[in-house]
Amino acid sequence: MTTTTTTAGGVKVVKPTVASYINDYWGRVRGGDLGTLPAILGLIVLSLIFGIARDTFFSGLNFANLFNQSAQVVFIAMGLIFVLLLGEIDLSAGFASGVCGAVVAILLTNHGWDWYTAIPAALVTGVVIGFVLGLLVAKLGIPSFVVTLAAFLAFQGVLLVLLGGGTNISTRNEFFNALNNNNLSVAWSWILAIVAIVGYAAAQLNAMRSRAKRGLVTDPMGIVLMRIGGLAVLIVVATVVLTQERAINPAINSLKGVPIVVPIIGFFLVLWTFVLGRTAYGRHVYAVGGNTEAARRAGIPVDRIRISVFVIGSFMAAIGGIMAVSRASSVDPNTGGSNILLYSVGAAVIGGTSLFGGKGKIINAVIGGAVIAVIDNGMTLMGFNSGTKFIVTGLILLVAASVDALARRRAAATGNR
Amino acid sequence: MAATPLLELNGINKGFGPVQVLHDVNLSVYPGEVTALVGDNGAGKSTMVKCISGIYQIDSGTVTFEGNQVAIHGPSDASALGIEVVYQDLALCDNLDVVQNMFLGREKKRGIVLDEPTMEQMAGDALASLSVRTLKSLRQLVASLSGGQRQTVAIAKAVLWNSKVVILDEPTAALGVAQTAQVLELVRRLADNGLGVVLISHNMNDVFAVSDRIAALYLGRMAAQVKTTDVTHSQVVELITGGRSGNIGLPPEKPADFGGDVVDITPGGDK
Repeated sequence: MTTTTTTAGGVKVVKPTVASYINDYWGRVRGGDLGTLPAILGLIVLSLIFGIARDTFFSGLNFANLFNQSAQVVFIAMGLIFVLLLGEIDLSAGFASGVCGAVVAILLTNHGWDWYTAIPAALVTGVVIGFVLGLLVAKLGIPSFVVTLAAFLAFQGVLLVLLGGGTNISTRNEFFNALNNNNLSVAWSWILAIVAIVGYAAAQLNAMRSRAKRGLVTDPMGIVLMRIGGLAVLIVVATVVLTQERAINPAINSLKGVPIVVPIIGFFLVLWTFVLGRTAYGRHVYAVGGNTEAARRAGIPVDRIRISVFVIGSFMAAIGGIMAVSRASSVDPNTGGSNILLYSVGAAVIGGTSLFGGKGKIINAVIGGAVIAVIDNGMTLMGFNSGTKFIVTGLILLVAASVDALARRRAAATGNR
Repeated sequence: MAATPLLELNGINKGFGPVQVLHDVNLSVYPGEVTALVGDNGAGKSTMVKCISGIYQIDSGTVTFEGNQVAIHGPSDASALGIEVVYQDLALCDNLDVVQNMFLGREKKRGIVLDEPTMEQMAGDALASLSVRTLKSLRQLVASLSGGQRQTVAIAKAVLWNSKVVILDEPTAALGVAQTAQVLELVRRLADNGLGVVLISHNMNDVFAVSDRIAALYLGRMAAQVKTTDVTHSQVVELITGGRSGNIGLPPEKPADFGGDVVDITPGGDK
């Protein structure tokens, strides 16, 4: 039941219907282009397992906690996706976030700066770190693995030095601590939810209309409506849950509304998705990741792109660091240490970003970060110790990397690299 | 037949350190014609293409384009003139789709946003002008295309920019019989659309199938540039392997060619 249509210039193409669209999607999945599918399935399965094992898993309180807990990993993973798209790696992102977190905490507490100067200072620190890393990789040609491994060690030291050998610095700036602890009011929660839904619907329909006007092939209306409807249901349900009272004792401290960190995650999700998908810069990042030589011949400044992804990577690590310090209202020598980096790489890879470069989307960081957060949170609720959690998370990362490698092989076999 | 060449190279010299790769090479490319550039491995074909496309700078000699002498200092100069090269390895990104590849590095924008509909339309027009009707979708990833389709995309990419000269480096080397025929047909169509086409090939069948002129390089010298109809298969092979064939080609080598100082290397001649 496929009908052909004539698109721009008279090239005959198949006009997709809802059925053929789904069929095509399934064909791509079978051909090794899995995207976020395994992560979404994993998220559902894991949530069901933990939800059945512990009632508290599906409580509103725990649901809100998941966002706050995963924020640092999600932000770092967003930056890492840029680095991974070029087939590079940034092992120092964890401690870079720690260093930037320390910078903001020291400026706030020891130097009495306010949040609106301290936060930009930390972000600039992140940008400088990324620029230096990128310069070493792009201009000197040192493998990013080595550069960032060295930086991983060095930043750990910088963090210790900044904190005067290992003291803990608390932050008492109310606005700063609210970032990753407090919630929006119920009214603002709903306003943002509606803005998000309407914005997404407008963007989708507008893109479709402008393509149709030029006589180009558009996605079938059914699929577009399904996408908008799906997102709307998701956002409305989440907002309903999050705007319920979830405090154990509401009389003392009422707890309701969407966590403030959610719109911040949403903002960066939209921003970087736009940059990667709709700007020439984003296109060039994919091109360099896919075929560096082709990109060079097309006149793309490969070195500058390479430096820029490290800058974005460390910038997002700085945001992650700020969120971590805000969450704990303090910074210590282990902020951004231990499992944070591996969780972030894991989030990106589990979400569907390829370690081989050229394939990945920002949404991968959010979905992969959710999977990691659910594992961490669910296993804590079930009373497993840290050792078991590390083992399970490690295994899941290994599974995700295997899926990536196998999908690549399958894709090569079906001529769909 | 157009009398003035579109692109004319005169007395081009190019060396890398002590190694002189091109010696006083001349080449004329006429609009509406396919000029086949042939030569053995190491004859200097690739170097010559890279000189035209601006990847290498020429040491001496002149390049004339549409009657005006031009200097090509980089790939962007060449593309600004309307010279496009389709490299042997195609230089396509597997992880991007057809339209994205065709506009790579030269994306159309509205403000800072990519203007996808315009690009898709232009890509479709370019493919249609080459009578390509075999793609399932313009949004197909290049990874999922066959070798011939990739070649088609690479060639369409070259004609997208109202280019006047298209240089194809061994476009049929990796293709099967049917796909080779398709690509050769496409090459012919480029010339019929009024472009000057330079076809680099090792395959004599391809050369004789589509070319109007044959330029044979031999050890960095232009052995001959002749009309395809004036020569036979074996004459071209002789030009490639020996630099001359009968009364065409390079003059026979004389000792004077080596600068006059003839070193006698005859065994025992030094006594």
